[in-house]
Amino acid sequence: MTLTLPRDYVEQIVAHARREAPNECCGVVAGKDGAAVKLWQATNAEHSPYRYSIEGKELLQIMRLLQDNDWEMLAVYHSHTHTPAYPSPTDRRQVMLSGWDQPYYVLVSLAEEPPDVRAYTIRDGAIAEQRLIVND
Amino acid sequence: MAVEVRVTAVLQKLTGGKKSVPAEGGTVDQLLKNLDTNYPGFRHQVQGDDGRLHRFVNIYLNDEDIRYLSQLNTPLKDGDVVSILPALAGGA
Repeated sequence: MTLTLPRDYVEQIVAHARREAPNECCGVVAGKDGAAVKLWQATNAEHSPYRYSIEGKELLQIMRLLQDNDWEMLAVYHSHTHTPAYPSPTDRRQVMLSGWDQPYYVLVSLAEEPPDVRAYTIRDGAIAEQRLIVND
Repeated sequence: MAVEVRVTAVLQKLTGGKKSVPAEGGTVDQLLKNLDTNYPGFRHQVQGDDGRLHRFVNIYLNDEDIRYLSQLNTPLKDGDVVSILPALAGGA
């Protein structure tokens, strides 16, 4: 599987991660038939370096816009400020609990310079790295 | 009371992929029981065995989180929209 994101989105995700550091940032990319159409930089309700949770009312608004526009939740992104761009045990557990297993999970790590950005699927508890194409 | 229920993620698998389903109930608790009758397993995804809402599930009546209303006893009226949203969360 391949996730294609415009370079501008990837730059926005990295800038969001830097701005929120040392806390984790989070957000959502909407898609239409697999193509990225909108990016939301969300509020991390946890305001934590170790955890994220997209603020509930923002998530409600995002879901409404997805439904109204017939978009899908293409990707969910968050940052790891001190650890690699790989889903943590907490990330995996939360996906299994909540059932949000359809989107790609985009991880940006600030532990490296330049920041490492990678895409994964987390389905049936299995983490699999997927190809991320950055489109100019 | 006839209410529109909007569901996402794992709950959509129980509703056969529907993003929005009609349901009945005078309170949120009754609504969840009605949903569980129509879609077996629904309550289990939302509430623990003790009947409390899972910590990672948020339920909104229109725009309000029911935790800040009367929780599961929050009354419903015709035309209300209830959104059931598992948290999108994780950590390092």
